[in-house]
Amino acid sequence: MPTDILMPALSPTMEEGTLAKWLVKEGDKVAPGDAIAEIETDKATMEVEAVDEGTIGKIFVAEGTEGVKVNTPIAALLGEGESADDVSSSQTGTDEPKESEKPGPDSAAAEQSQPTTKATDAPAAPQFKPQDDPDIPGDVEMVTITVREALRDAMAEEMRADKDVFVMGEEVAEYQGAYKVTQGLLQEFGAERVIDTPITEHGFAGLAVGAAFAGLKPIVEFMTWNFGMQAIDQIINSAAKQLYMSGGQVSAPMVFRGPNGAAARVGAQHSQDYSAWYSHVPGLIVIAPYTAADAKGLLKAAIRSPNPVVFLENEILYGSTGEVPKMDDFVLPIGKARVARKGKDVTIVSYSMGMRYATQATEKLVNAGVDVELIDLRTLRPLDIETVIESVKKTGRCVTVEEGWPQGGIGSEIAARLMEQAFDYLDAPVTRVTGKDVPMPYAANLEKLALPSVDEVIAAVNAVTYRS
Amino acid sequence: MARKATATKAKAKTNAPQFSKEDELYAFREMLLIRRFEEKAGQMYGMGLIGGFCHLYIGQEAVVTGITMASRKGEDAQITGYRDHGHMLVMGLDPKGVMAELTGRQGGLSKGKGGSMHMFSNEHRFYGGNGIVGAQASLGTGLAFASKYRGEDSVSLTYFGDGAANQGQVYESFNMAKLWNLPVVYIIENNKYAMGTSLERAASTTDLSQRGVSFGIPGEQVDGMDVRLVKEAAERAIEHARSGKGPYILEMLTYRYRGHSMSDPAKYRSKDEVTSMRSERDPIEQVRQRILAEGHATEDDLKEIEKEIRAIVTEAADFATNDPEPDTSELYTDITL
Repeated sequence: MPTDILMPALSPTMEEGTLAKWLVKEGDKVAPGDAIAEIETDKATMEVEAVDEGTIGKIFVAEGTEGVKVNTPIAALLGEGESADDVSSSQTGTDEPKESEKPGPDSAAAEQSQPTTKATDAPAAPQFKPQDDPDIPGDVEMVTITVREALRDAMAEEMRADKDVFVMGEEVAEYQGAYKVTQGLLQEFGAERVIDTPITEHGFAGLAVGAAFAGLKPIVEFMTWNFGMQAIDQIINSAAKQLYMSGGQVSAPMVFRGPNGAAARVGAQHSQDYSAWYSHVPGLIVIAPYTAADAKGLLKAAIRSPNPVVFLENEILYGSTGEVPKMDDFVLPIGKARVARKGKDVTIVSYSMGMRYATQATEKLVNAGVDVELIDLRTLRPLDIETVIESVKKTGRCVTVEEGWPQGGIGSEIAARLMEQAFDYLDAPVTRVTGKDVPMPYAANLEKLALPSVDEVIAAVNAVTYRS
Repeated sequence: MARKATATKAKAKTNAPQFSKEDELYAFREMLLIRRFEEKAGQMYGMGLIGGFCHLYIGQEAVVTGITMASRKGEDAQITGYRDHGHMLVMGLDPKGVMAELTGRQGGLSKGKGGSMHMFSNEHRFYGGNGIVGAQASLGTGLAFASKYRGEDSVSLTYFGDGAANQGQVYESFNMAKLWNLPVVYIIENNKYAMGTSLERAASTTDLSQRGVSFGIPGEQVDGMDVRLVKEAAERAIEHARSGKGPYILEMLTYRYRGHSMSDPAKYRSKDEVTSMRSERDPIEQVRQRILAEGHATEDDLKEIEKEIRAIVTEAADFATNDPEPDTSELYTDITL
């Protein structure tokens, strides 16, 4: 039975076009790949090729016809032993072709198969349920170490436990880490697992993602996240989207880590906070710890995670110390905020370096009689908004503190979610304390102004508690 | 070092390695499957069953076929860019799954969530299907890194085009691959046009096989329309990589008959250029004529193969047309584990 040749769509958006010219006439034999007609769209004129072998039996649409809708039969193709007389039956559609003769999907099937999903069919986004921190037994010894040591210990412990874990980056091995975070790892694990790379962020990030596809668990150190921007395509397009694009088949279990945000007096290109950038991306886990214990427990969790993790450290915090439980395997849950201080008057939400301003402000505010509840987000994606909401239900007020820029920042996200999910509990507008909306200046006085300050946090709290 | 087989075509022909009957028939079958599959995909795109971008492999069939014939199937990894349907078919992925992914159905290789440019298979060691030009060069180098890290002897077959050959990360990858002697073969599918820009208009030097010279990576140009030459060169390159000597570059001189994607009218090249390629250098026609000349099979035998291929493609098209779209519950799955 004759096959209909249909008006083709020649671009993702084409709905109709002009049949500009027939390159064959009735009775011509055609083979797959032969150009048979020229179609004109608003963008271009393109040739249509025959897909099947046969003879042009009848031309239904004359050349020069405008506004021919996609999928309209424009000609009939005769197979072996068929004649033009058979064409009419194909047009009325009374004869069902035998399965073996079917040329493929017909226009009716194509129509039926067009997407039928309405926007309202979208299922609700799954709600993330964080796990609680593990109980630390009372008899566990607490040791005071730096954040730097905590990060190193986390990597060393995970590398001992899993041979698939390795570290790569600039100066991570022989030099012992540009910020000494990988100190001692080369000596313990050797050059096969602690790998100095050339200065080639885009390349080695991509290489590590490929290694993760193949089942390894790379830890990629960026000397700073400012340089990681060279590699952002591989982090987002290759690592973060991989699991989804592959329908769950191929994942990228790996950690990208390094110092993020402003250091001190290093100018605009070396002082950027990428928290909001990466927290925007589905498929990534984003962690930004403040304390030594969180640095250790969360980096261990990050290395074990089957997902790509962006782990944002802070150069200024590397030398700060904190108590870490001396346990064989201290791992914290990803996605759980930590209530650093309980209170009932106002909620301050921060993370990473922002916690330093927030903590100092909290001390002063508490001394002045304000009962602050201080929340350290620790993980930025998935965001533990539940803990923030529970707090705001109690306090009715929220101030966010971060070093990043204001527009589209972490504070903006918290504010939006509180409006959506806790509007009735708010007694004052959510207020953001952020880095200023400028590239980081070099001059000491301007740099200080560009960063958030303890005074700004106090002022914001005074404003939302109507104490000013 | 850099062995240069700039292969004047005549010389290439006379020096061409001989294929056994089995090789010839195998290559014919695989290439024909790609050709017919892609023609059907083009038709289904025209009917609105396939959306978005759809980059057809028609004309380049000998490249992936010859390379795969020289590789260890299921062991050596392959990764390419967005013109990826042919790679999957030759690697043995189910044509129904590939076509259903093109139509965005639940039975697609990525459950309909990837599309034409994003299909993968751990089982077959195919890692995409990558939509960002050049990204696969680094990713493929990482597949080779994993092989070496684990002490395996699998090789990473990393394909990219002449357009990607100008991306910076390709050279970052070359450097690391040679620095660490990773088992990777870079296959540059030079089909002469990066979308609409000819190689001459985009590259300061156009012999892409020599792009590894400053890293110490040997390379050669190969007539990518002759599957015998492709396979022979690939055997040499893969052996080099597998034996621990590090990366190797194969520049495959090939040609795509269709536009860059379905919506490209290809006005940047002459009709004569396309016609002469198709009539004089067609990779499938070359094999067909040798098969007949050598008496490996008769016209009728080949017709029978054509029929079988057509049945496979028709089955794939029917499946891809009738399979349901993914359940809406799939919207929020497979984001993280």
